Amino acid sequence: MTELTLTLIKLGFLAVLWLFVLSAVSVIRSDIFGAKVDTTRAPQPQPPRQKKSKQPRAPKGRKPKRGMPSTLVVTDGPNAGQLVPVTGADILLGRGTDAAIRLDDDYVSTRHVRFSTNGEQWYVEDLGSTNGTYLGSQRVTSPVPVDLGMPVRLGKTVVELRK
Amino acid sequence: MSTPATSPAVVHRKRRGAEALLVALALVIVIFAFCAVGLGARGKVPGFVAGLAVLLVVIAVATHLVVRFVAPYADPVLVPLVVALNGLGVAMIYRLDLARLDRLGDEAKQFAGRQVMWTAIGLALFVAVLLIVRDHRKLQAYTYTFGLTALVLLILPLLPVIGTQINGARIWIRVGGLSLQPGEFAKICLAIFFAGYLVVKRDALALAGRRFMGIDFPRGRDLGPILAAWLVSLGVLIFQRDLGSSLLFFGLFVVMLYVATERPGWLVVGTLLFVGGATFAATTFSHVQSRVDAWLSPFPVTEGTFQLTQGLFGMAWGGLLGRGLGEGNPFLTPFAYSDFIFASFAEELGLAGAMAILLMYGLIVERGLRIALLCRDAFGKLLATGLAVSFALQVFVVVGGVTRIIPLTGLTTPFMSYGGSSILANWAIVALLLRISDQSRRPPPEAAPLEMDDSTQVVKL
Repeated sequence: MTELTLTLIKLGFLAVLWLFVLSAVSVIRSDIFGAKVDTTRAPQPQPPRQKKSKQPRAPKGRKPKRGMPSTLVVTDGPNAGQLVPVTGADILLGRGTDAAIRLDDDYVSTRHVRFSTNGEQWYVEDLGSTNGTYLGSQRVTSPVPVDLGMPVRLGKTVVELRK
Repeated sequence: MSTPATSPAVVHRKRRGAEALLVALALVIVIFAFCAVGLGARGKVPGFVAGLAVLLVVIAVATHLVVRFVAPYADPVLVPLVVALNGLGVAMIYRLDLARLDRLGDEAKQFAGRQVMWTAIGLALFVAVLLIVRDHRKLQAYTYTFGLTALVLLILPLLPVIGTQINGARIWIRVGGLSLQPGEFAKICLAIFFAGYLVVKRDALALAGRRFMGIDFPRGRDLGPILAAWLVSLGVLIFQRDLGSSLLFFGLFVVMLYVATERPGWLVVGTLLFVGGATFAATTFSHVQSRVDAWLSPFPVTEGTFQLTQGLFGMAWGGLLGRGLGEGNPFLTPFAYSDFIFASFAEELGLAGAMAILLMYGLIVERGLRIALLCRDAFGKLLATGLAVSFALQVFVVVGGVTRIIPLTGLTTPFMSYGGSSILANWAIVALLLRISDQSRRPPPEAAPLEMDDSTQVVKL
């Protein structure tokens, strides 16, 4: 085994090692340039790459009302009629003092539910309340998208987002 | 942290093909490393390389298939990185075995075979965790069970019969013929416990407090948990004489507290507590004191600084491109196969190779934090952050110790050092990270169209 061969092996090994590291980095380059966005929900025309996407589309039957809400209204319960303007910041509902609307409802927890948005869609998230939050007949266990005019029930109170 | 981080419109591709390619490349590196070790140290390719290659390919294909079916959306980079690191570690341990064989003859201990066995068990554990934990959010239900388990695991080595003291640290238990380090598993349990605990308590820890010099400081009564974590890590330091684990546990808790509450005040409090504890330990306990002394003044070489200086000489001898695998003298450093395996690599692969290895660790941590960013639920976010941070802290503590950035402490280099517990625990960590990443990259389930007519009714009493 000559000195030259050993040196070549040494350099070759380092080269393969770096090749591996760089290919690992190239696999995650989508982190830098952004992941592919499913444009079926966006209003602008679809780019041609869209047809390769295997993403299940939104069901055709459901047509969410477009537009962002401007108020959160209590439609039923002890505080019926109260409303809070929607700015884009998180909205906390509950019996506690830090809630956006202090609900006088014995079936509502101190910090009961949080409405939040990512800029295009509002979500409702239960904050570990005792009696739960319901969208229709489904209990909210994780952040769930909520559209305009969809009644959200907590305790005896019903709230909804309005334009 | 409260809003869903990902817009539902982002589609993540599965990237399993990319993962398979990277794993293949990692296997090439590992087999190349074994050949280079044989050629460098013995002048010929070791005879078992063909068999080893077949074994590795079989194991890799099996692992890949499991991930493909059990966690199809999991991160594609973690498994290849871990396979490469683990394989490189085994190759280096084999290289040190050869050197030991030369010096001691037939009675020399051989570690590489045992390490391969532990790796196989680690892979089995990896698959088992992926199969058992189908949804990481279920773990949150066992928050306090994991906390108790962590405490028991930490106390086990102190028990009279099963606990044993090796090389001054009392962190091993002996079961049958095997010695295990329960602390490695306690790390995972603690990460789960902290994540579950902080998700519930973070509002109280984040909202109350007073402002001082632009930083929000927590209330005195909320300091309980951080003081408890501090006392436990001090207990580990005093009773088990294990500097590294103590730093790891406390650092993990402080960072997770900071991430959960988004308040830098906790970092200030944590750093103050750590500095206090470290100063106290450095002036009171002889074993800590000697480590600090060796760190500050390694020369002239004494018995206490011999290992550290040998490692430094080795890394200097490696230079920019290294001596080449099998051609350096890493075996001159005591514990070159476990605590000082990074110095062994720096000697034989040089700065170029050591940086590649550090980058691989960095990428693993980056993937962990990325998984945390993508994850939709707060518990998963905190758990992924905790696992990634524990990994980062461990690499920093051990590499920093070897390169004399911080005092040398006894922690294993994840996936590389010889040691069964470390391999097992780290494979389990990777499995958990893959599970969380699979959950968070998977396209969100279609929100079922709600039928408004059967909404729940208030029952009038």
